[in-house]
Amino acid sequence: MRPLNEAQFSFPSHSVNESFARAAVTAFLAHLDPTVADLTELKTAVSEAVTNAIVHGYRDAIGTVYISVKLYENGKAVVRIRDKGCGIPDVSQAMEPLYTTGGEDRAGLGFSVMQSFCDGLRVTSRVGVGTTVTLTKYFAPRA
Amino acid sequence: MSVQLAYQNGVLTARLFGEIDHHTAREMREAVDDAAQKLKPYRLRLDFSDVPFMDSSGIGLILGRVRLFGFWKGQVVLCGLSPSLYKMVELAGIDGLVAVERRAG
Repeated sequence: MRPLNEAQFSFPSHSVNESFARAAVTAFLAHLDPTVADLTELKTAVSEAVTNAIVHGYRDAIGTVYISVKLYENGKAVVRIRDKGCGIPDVSQAMEPLYTTGGEDRAGLGFSVMQSFCDGLRVTSRVGVGTTVTLTKYFAPRA
Repeated sequence: MSVQLAYQNGVLTARLFGEIDHHTAREMREAVDDAAQKLKPYRLRLDFSDVPFMDSSGIGLILGRVRLFGFWKGQVVLCGLSPSLYKMVELAGIDGLVAVERRAG
């Protein structure tokens, strides 16, 4: 299925870019006239995925974070957040609530948030190659 | 400044400003911990009235302060949470660890 509309962007993994990344994704979807709650949920999920790429994927160096947003029929939005960082050795362990390798002020909730706030979450990762997180969310047309 | 601090009668109030993410949480944490370690207040009120957005870094910020205040048996209270911020707190399941004042100043 071909998307109706799409956008791509990338940026270096400086943490200051986290706010830009989530704002850019939500700005792209603004014309769908989503509810504030739906948009905030996706924005939060994107923020988690981008933070993971920066904190974990590129923990030893600055690398590039790639984001694509695709919009399909019926208000289906697919956001892909990709890094070419260190990869995750055990994806299912990383997705367990409260599991973290990020130090004492990381809650270990990133994947739980992505799961709860989106309609679909897919994570593919290879050690030494990188990680791709795909978030799917449906924005129902407003009555 | 992303944090405004006020101290009165053993209560430290930290009013947070702006979006909370992994990047901004650091400065907030340092400002709060600096004051907290000097004053050892029995209560920390984290005021989210001027926080339009937070991701799970905000939960990390709260849990880290709960841990710190635990050293002197202090208590952490959250206030001014918008519905979307409250949703994060609920999702994290930390309602039992902290007191939540609903929509106050």
